[in-house]
Amino acid sequence: MSLRTRAHEFGLTGAEWDEAVRREGRDLNALEAAIVGAMWSEHCSYKNSRPLFGAFPTTGPQVLQGPGENAGVVDIGQGYALAFKVESHNHPSAVEPVQGAATGVGGILRDIFAMGARPFAVLNSLRLGDIESERTRFLLRGIVEGISHYGNAVGVPTVGGEITFHASYSENPLVNVMALGLMRHEDLATGTLGETGNTVIYVGSKTGRDGTGGAVFSSAELTGDSGADRPAVQVGDPFMENLLMNATLEAISAGLVAGVQDMGAAGLLSSTSEMAFRGGLGVDIDLGLVPTRESGMQPWELVLSESQERMILVPVPGREQELFDLLARWELDVADIGTVASHGRYRLHWQGELVCDLDVKLLNEAPTQTREGVEDPAITALRERDLSGVPVPEGLAGTLHRLLANPTIASKRAVYERFDHQVMTNTVALPGAADAAVLRVKGTNLGVAAAIDCNPRHVWLDPRAGAAGAVAESARNVACVGATPLAITDNLNFGDPRRQDVYYQMQQAVLGIAEAARALDTPVTGGNVSLNNQYLSEGLNVAILPTPTIGMVGVLPDVNRRAGMAAPGGEAHVYLLGSGTPVLGGSEYLATVHGLEAGAPPQPDLDAEKAVIGAILRLIRDGLTTTAHDCADGGLAVALAEVAIASGRGMQVELPGADRPDTLLFGESHSRIVTVVSADQAEAAEAVLDSLGVTWRRIGSMAADTLAIRHEGRELLSTAVSDLEASFAGPIPDALAGVPQA
Amino acid sequence: MRAAVISFPGSNCDLDAVHALNHLGFSAQRVWHAETDLPATDLVVLPGGFTYGDHLRTGAIAARSPVMTAVKAAAKAGVPVLGICNGFQVLTESGLLPGALLRNENLHFVCSTVSLEVASTGSVFTRSLAEGQHLALPVAHGDGRYYADDATLDRLEGEGRVAFRYAADDNPNGSLRDIAGITDATGNVLGMMPHPERAAEGVLGGTDGALMLSGLLEVLS
Repeated sequence: MSLRTRAHEFGLTGAEWDEAVRREGRDLNALEAAIVGAMWSEHCSYKNSRPLFGAFPTTGPQVLQGPGENAGVVDIGQGYALAFKVESHNHPSAVEPVQGAATGVGGILRDIFAMGARPFAVLNSLRLGDIESERTRFLLRGIVEGISHYGNAVGVPTVGGEITFHASYSENPLVNVMALGLMRHEDLATGTLGETGNTVIYVGSKTGRDGTGGAVFSSAELTGDSGADRPAVQVGDPFMENLLMNATLEAISAGLVAGVQDMGAAGLLSSTSEMAFRGGLGVDIDLGLVPTRESGMQPWELVLSESQERMILVPVPGREQELFDLLARWELDVADIGTVASHGRYRLHWQGELVCDLDVKLLNEAPTQTREGVEDPAITALRERDLSGVPVPEGLAGTLHRLLANPTIASKRAVYERFDHQVMTNTVALPGAADAAVLRVKGTNLGVAAAIDCNPRHVWLDPRAGAAGAVAESARNVACVGATPLAITDNLNFGDPRRQDVYYQMQQAVLGIAEAARALDTPVTGGNVSLNNQYLSEGLNVAILPTPTIGMVGVLPDVNRRAGMAAPGGEAHVYLLGSGTPVLGGSEYLATVHGLEAGAPPQPDLDAEKAVIGAILRLIRDGLTTTAHDCADGGLAVALAEVAIASGRGMQVELPGADRPDTLLFGESHSRIVTVVSADQAEAAEAVLDSLGVTWRRIGSMAADTLAIRHEGRELLSTAVSDLEASFAGPIPDALAGVPQA
Repeated sequence: MRAAVISFPGSNCDLDAVHALNHLGFSAQRVWHAETDLPATDLVVLPGGFTYGDHLRTGAIAARSPVMTAVKAAAKAGVPVLGICNGFQVLTESGLLPGALLRNENLHFVCSTVSLEVASTGSVFTRSLAEGQHLALPVAHGDGRYYADDATLDRLEGEGRVAFRYAADDNPNGSLRDIAGITDATGNVLGMMPHPERAAEGVLGGTDGALMLSGLLEVLS
């Protein structure tokens, strides 16, 4: 009797079951059904999102490897290349934050070294609920502990990122981890099997039952019972990861490896079937040869287990023994588990029997879903809401202090001190000291910059503008340290794609990313999709704010020509570059002070963005400034306060523009950068800005110890920098205090 | 001047140490922990990291590696041995230095730059520095709280074997008597929690580590 009636137990719909049977020409056995279910899960197949990706620009002279491999790779010059990718571990972190976050770091690092690149930096984008809630504190402590425990031990620095708070993430936090790796061009490796007859090698941790069915789990929505899914969360071992990383890189560099891939979601199955698919090949695997750490494991467990720290390697023919010897020196478990074949089938053998025989293409080409997206009319109404009745608060200095103490804006120093951000001795800009992380490339003058950004409230109110804005902001951040933006990786975190309003957010966000990536010449080289980020509670479906996180990388031709947030000593002038007009819509100010999440968020003007990026890069590279900071959450006033705090100095500023004072101070916009120029270089800097035709204005000067902001001759606020610093210290240290309880 | 940097499974600052030493004029190479002999060398460095995943106790398994027999022999023969962070933990576990490094007082990993005071210039490692001189060096550890019984602490202080102390109010881990680094009785073995190799080039934001390591190079020459 067919198992079709139980299709859902394998993560398949009836229609998907029928499609698999039609393509295979026969019914599926239970193992095959579980295999198709895992490969056709959203996590492995992107069946709901892939049809949208046609809009992305993915090529350019800088792109050495675009989407479809373990990670994207870009050229940074002098024979060096950068591999980078972002990935989410949202659902595991919701259930078991320490291990969920730790294994998120482990997984993305393996994607990087599988490309032949040595991981050399990690950034993370963390989204949590209301910081006052016990659950948020539990998750924050656990996630920070997990990243710290894993990243520190494996020996890759955590150099930057963002942490923001919004009630929509209370039950379903987001943990997006981005990793960067450095390599020589000639070390670029791929996730393929080479040629027929090659051996398939398993290396790393033994296989256990942890994470069995994780790909299906991570694609499913969370319920009140998700705690019972804890066995689906994997456990990480950074020590094993360190050995695996060193051994794999040494093997690739020695020319012993024809193909390599991490066993990530859906473990052995997805790694070997994807490798076969890329080369149009087939594979025969004997599951009885898989190293196990538990007895009595069944074929479905062996093939689906998501035990961590495992890789598939395919040796260059004739050099198998050299590879075995190298791996043995690193004290790793190695097993020869299969053979590459020309038959194009995915064949699993168990105790002498053929237990799975499926078309490799069928596994890798899930039927895709396209839907019609429709905007939720409630969102349309919020966006179009008239904000003119919002009162201007009394005491604008107090408002600035309130914004600085807002956990989304406040200092994240307490978190970064838990992460080793200096191991590998490449970290040039410490976390929080600049708009992007900066790493030097040893043996060259080159620098690499990276930033990870998204303003989910902007995306929620206007998905297309908000997502384009995330790309623009990440490019601006990278430019603010002196790097040319090169390429992006994206992590699309959304709710249930079957909901028309959520699908609309996805569609529009993808269009926005594509538009901005094309305009700024930063192609999309890969990424990750995380759907069903929502929580079912007493019949209510609470979706997260749509969060298309953008990871941007850039290159500094000379790492000694760079900028940070701190202003130089001595007489210096403060400038505002760019033409962005601040608006109240979707601002952190409106939410924090007025409890209102409404209005049209700022619309990115991509030509203006390019102009302001070009201008700041020119000033930095001509040696005319070492200070640059973009205006984002909290608007110009917060940006000025942050520069003042980083500098330990005050400022006297006269605001440009004509609008209500709260809009001028706290309204948000794109394409605006604050820079500080020493008085003796002001003339030269102004001449350069004039020659570029970019909008600029000298808005004031550095001062002793007070930040004073005026508009049209009237003082709007004046406050001591030491008091600003106290507010900026914010609530994070307190929220982080204590030991995470599992 | 030759330097041998020992790589244990899980070491993660070994390449950093090699890079910094070579940058400062040493000729440094890595030596795998399974070796039973050291190459001819003028300095042995036990680098930072998480040897054997900190299993059992930090540094406990690495301290029993084959290469440690050779390191002990070298120390006895007068070759300076420098243990940094996890390397310090390996030195206490192997008995080359007294005391132990316990979990940080706040139970959390800490990564920041601290101010150190040179407490003694009696060893080859600190001879080029001045007593009371302050150095800004990065720390990055979860188990850096130096502990020993009172008698041992008194002896270390009395014999001028406390090489570095955390400056007032800058003790990141609750170390007893603010101890950041100690030497053995001969002054030939130094264990320290801060990372001089992370402050050896201006582009990384600090050069006080270079001050210490270049001083060592000078003394050894």
